[in-house]
Amino acid sequence: MLSRILSLFMLAGFTVAMAAGADLGAGTKAEEMNVPAVVMFLIFVAGTLGITYWAARKTKSAKDFYTAGGGITGTQNGTAIAGDYMSAASFLGITGMVYLKGYDGLIFSIGFLVGWPIILFMISEQLRNLGKYTFADVTAYRLRQKPVRILAALGSIAVVILYLIAQMVGAGKLIEILFGLDYEIAVVLVGALMIAYVAFGGMLATTWVQIIKAVLLLVGTTFMSIMVMAEFGFSFDALFTKATEIHSKGIDIMSPGGLVSDPISAISLGIALMFGTAGLPHILMRFFTVADAKEARKSVFVATGLIGYFYVLTFIMGFGAIVLVLGAENGIYLAADGETLKGMNNMAAVWLAHAVGGDYFLGFISAVAFATILAVVSGLTLAGASAISHDLYANAFATGKIDEKKEMNVSKMATVGIGVTAILFGIAFEEQNIAFVVALAFTIAASANFPVLFMSIFWKKLTTRGAVIGGYIGLISALVLVILGPVVWTSILGNAEAIVPYKFPAIFSVPLAFIAIWFFSITDKSDDAQRCIDEFDAQDIRCQTGIGSEGAVDH
Amino acid sequence: MNNEQVQAIKNNPKYQKLVSTRGKFAWTLTIIMLVVYYAFILLIAFSPETLGAKISPDSMTTVGIPVGIAIIVFAFILTGIYTRRANNEFDGLLNDLKNDLNNDTKKGMN
Repeated sequence: MLSRILSLFMLAGFTVAMAAGADLGAGTKAEEMNVPAVVMFLIFVAGTLGITYWAARKTKSAKDFYTAGGGITGTQNGTAIAGDYMSAASFLGITGMVYLKGYDGLIFSIGFLVGWPIILFMISEQLRNLGKYTFADVTAYRLRQKPVRILAALGSIAVVILYLIAQMVGAGKLIEILFGLDYEIAVVLVGALMIAYVAFGGMLATTWVQIIKAVLLLVGTTFMSIMVMAEFGFSFDALFTKATEIHSKGIDIMSPGGLVSDPISAISLGIALMFGTAGLPHILMRFFTVADAKEARKSVFVATGLIGYFYVLTFIMGFGAIVLVLGAENGIYLAADGETLKGMNNMAAVWLAHAVGGDYFLGFISAVAFATILAVVSGLTLAGASAISHDLYANAFATGKIDEKKEMNVSKMATVGIGVTAILFGIAFEEQNIAFVVALAFTIAASANFPVLFMSIFWKKLTTRGAVIGGYIGLISALVLVILGPVVWTSILGNAEAIVPYKFPAIFSVPLAFIAIWFFSITDKSDDAQRCIDEFDAQDIRCQTGIGSEGAVDH
Repeated sequence: MNNEQVQAIKNNPKYQKLVSTRGKFAWTLTIIMLVVYYAFILLIAFSPETLGAKISPDSMTTVGIPVGIAIIVFAFILTGIYTRRANNEFDGLLNDLKNDLNNDTKKGMN
């Protein structure tokens, strides 16, 4: 049954590829089909479906489904975490930002990276010791299950859906250009593959797809960076000199520019990036796939190293693209206006691949970019499905006895539901400006998920009322401030001036959430509040020592 | 875990030592990371020209580039420092404590 469904997916993949070939003759809006890219992509899809088939046979219990049985090693998990973080938005977006603005791209990379040491020191081991499948296991450890689980699930689902929209729209556009597929077909293809990986292979398949993609991406970007540096005799100064000669902003690309113009925006961006990372459900979930706190720790060490290395490469690639893509003879990579890149400015990394490695390497990088999107949306979908099945269904709403089998079935149905939702949103948002969704996802993660998680681990006097009211205040203020801010209020709704002048309102919403959690906890004099406080010591001992924690691997 | 066990572990000097040393160390590293990052952010906000200055008159490289790369490397080194000490020292303390607790349980049964 399973193998039949999987082969059906593969067949669908080939049919789509053929259809793309047929498009060529018809001369539709899609670009010319890139044959090496399609071949390499099909090899990737075949390989990952093979892994899914293998993983499906090993995935029997709920624990297997959510956490790959807890048997992933620290190094593997660290690579998968790095893979989750090196999304298409990072690879194409940050390289594109360096290409367009120079130094400002590096500021973003640094903000994305510095959250990791904080996760290591404050969150990762604690999460591993206290939780089971989702971060709500930690926030609901001693608080009342139902309201806390619902809050965590809403925060998770909001972040997952927003992130998925950004990835789907990006994927559709990218695939349209690289493979010559229609936008809708591309979005449906991504959605179908991600449902297959997650519903059949669970966390085991999702993790291995992510690891393979992370390795491919690191190999590809390392090669590109070496080729760029080789052009300049491995001298950064020579690269920068040439880039400033070619770029229209000239020497300004070497210093901080307009990206963070005022102190409030600068600090706010820092808060959103730093604490947002510690509230992303698909990242937090990965800490449950390892056996113990020691492996959780190792995961972050490996992930930080790989992500940091990758960001240094994106910086080199961005400058490389200025010289080799923007400065290419006859402007072969430029659109008709002679300024923007073919496709979009986010394509800098892709055209750089062509400039340094020709058609075959372009094919390789295109396939890797597609693989990146697939792997990241799978991780997101799994996190969203877990929030629905484990938090909402099994621990908040189900009455009577729930068995694992039922919970897993709900999870698989949720996977299909989230997949279909992502496809529909992806198509609906095709022509929309989606820049705000990533800002919103990070702001919600930093304002709703992170404060509750942090306080539940460290603050004895936290009560259910404090956590729930504080969490919702964080969630709602993040939502309202982003809507009233420049990205939605002016760019999308077309108003003249934004009511809130900041793109990332985390500087307001995060402290607001913390203050509300504090205030509504200390004023809570109910019996339940006293119970929450009394149970902290036992929680803290398990948090500190791991005694009694879930996830010791069964041998 | 019942109340007595909780109190027993809390009063165990090994537990207290583990929690206070590790806690202090984790908070110190967190604060160092926050200070370094926000110093960088404040520099961007209030004095971008400092980062935009050339490292030497005949070079195109600006101060901000080695500083930026250094922060990335520094973040990684911090995770390495923590991981190393946790593996070598804190895990040892923890195993010691667990042995103690196991022995206590055995004694209790006799």
